[in-house]
Amino acid sequence: MSKILEGLKYSESHEWVKVEGDIAVVGVSDFAQKEMGDITYVDLPEADDEVTAGEEFGALESVKASSDLISPVSGTVVEVNADLEDAPEKVNEDAYGSWIIKVKMSDPSELDALLDAAGYKALIGE
Amino acid sequence: MSEEITQALQQTCLYQEHVALGAKMSPFAGFMMPIQYSSITQEHLAVRQKVGMFDVSHMGEIFVEGPQAELFVNWIFTNEIRGFQSGKVLYGMMCYPEGGVVDDLLVYREFEPEHFLLVVNAANIDKDFAWIQEKAKGFNCTVRNESPEWGQIAVQGPEAEKTVMEVLGYQEAAGLGFYEYCNVEYKGKRLILSRTGYTGEDGFELYTTPENTVEIWKRLLDAGVEPCGLGCRDTLRFEAGLPLYGDELSPEISPVMAGLGMFCKYDKDFIGKEALLDQKAGNLSKKLVGIEIEDKAIPRAGYPVELEDGTEVGVVTTGYHSISLDKSICFALVNKECSALDTPLWVRIRKKTFPGKVVKKRFYQTNYKK
Repeated sequence: MSKILEGLKYSESHEWVKVEGDIAVVGVSDFAQKEMGDITYVDLPEADDEVTAGEEFGALESVKASSDLISPVSGTVVEVNADLEDAPEKVNEDAYGSWIIKVKMSDPSELDALLDAAGYKALIGE
Repeated sequence: MSEEITQALQQTCLYQEHVALGAKMSPFAGFMMPIQYSSITQEHLAVRQKVGMFDVSHMGEIFVEGPQAELFVNWIFTNEIRGFQSGKVLYGMMCYPEGGVVDDLLVYREFEPEHFLLVVNAANIDKDFAWIQEKAKGFNCTVRNESPEWGQIAVQGPEAEKTVMEVLGYQEAAGLGFYEYCNVEYKGKRLILSRTGYTGEDGFELYTTPENTVEIWKRLLDAGVEPCGLGCRDTLRFEAGLPLYGDELSPEISPVMAGLGMFCKYDKDFIGKEALLDQKAGNLSKKLVGIEIEDKAIPRAGYPVELEDGTEVGVVTTGYHSISLDKSICFALVNKECSALDTPLWVRIRKKTFPGKVVKKRFYQTNYKK
């Protein structure tokens, strides 16, 4: 059974968003990390990169496969979690504690298109 | 005339065991197979450090027998089977006349004269059987596909010998060198105890009836042997520099291109010999190399290999962040001019390119029984 946190927004591609004012903190769900298996590499964007809702901004790599990270919102990357460069396994250990990027949103109304915890739970069917 | 057949996925005799263990299952070579039970890393390290077991019941067993069996097998097989003794196992390929590979396989010389067992890749069983039957016309021998009647477990790792002796009681294991086998019995049925494998470690492959296979699997599991899926089978064989048919060998990738020319013997006739001799003389455009890159990013099959100026010179066939070596490495099929050791090459991974260089394909020092 995958952990789903109340109060977060979720995308259908399994990213979570925590809203802090006009900043969106983005990570991947517990379900996603379980599906990936042992994560061995996180391909991160750089600060000041522009990201677009629905488009790829980086990737997670497990032993077996690579999986694109899809941005749930549009805006400018203000910070990346550089700890993940040396310790990608933290995503497996604590998916909600291991944020990947923080985005200054250009259009916060995009958040309305995301799922809440109940909607995400229904999506993954657990 | 052709007819379309929608084939359902097959299950090996151990399917229920995998499900009971909660394995992540996925289709492979027409079979529903376990990819991992716990984690690929844990299973990989169990084989490198202790002992693990794999369900390889999907592999194909084809028997060739008759007065001209040796003559025939030597005609379709690239390696030399004359002078190869009963109880020995030999690796090689079956090739097309153009030099491409039908399949890579093991040939067992049985203890009865003119009896051979050919162990082939699961994905190729039907193709191989048809190929062998077709080529056997005109030879006095029979060809039988017994694949569904055999289960197979690979027990691999430094503690494999101890496991086979202590858990299953086969003291014969100690007397076998690498690529040797013997026939023993389990519950009155034949069991082929073969010191072979696909991991770069010492180990055994046990061929017997499906019923016996299930029982042996349970006994090994109870004894604490780590069940290992196809995920780590691939990471293990890759580190050991072993090819996978479909990735490093194919109708387009010959043994000479793959650097496996030592398994082709030219002082005999075999299908594909002329083409391979021609390639060996330098008439080939691509070669398989190992590449190590200076980053943790992971080169995957299909990613382009480039020169510094962006000219594409090849493609990755298999790549991982190596579990045993903690390095990002890959096999790649590249232009012959770029295949010398230490040649600088770049791998394009998503939007960036990463510098690397050509290294030996055997990334990991194998630990076979001498």
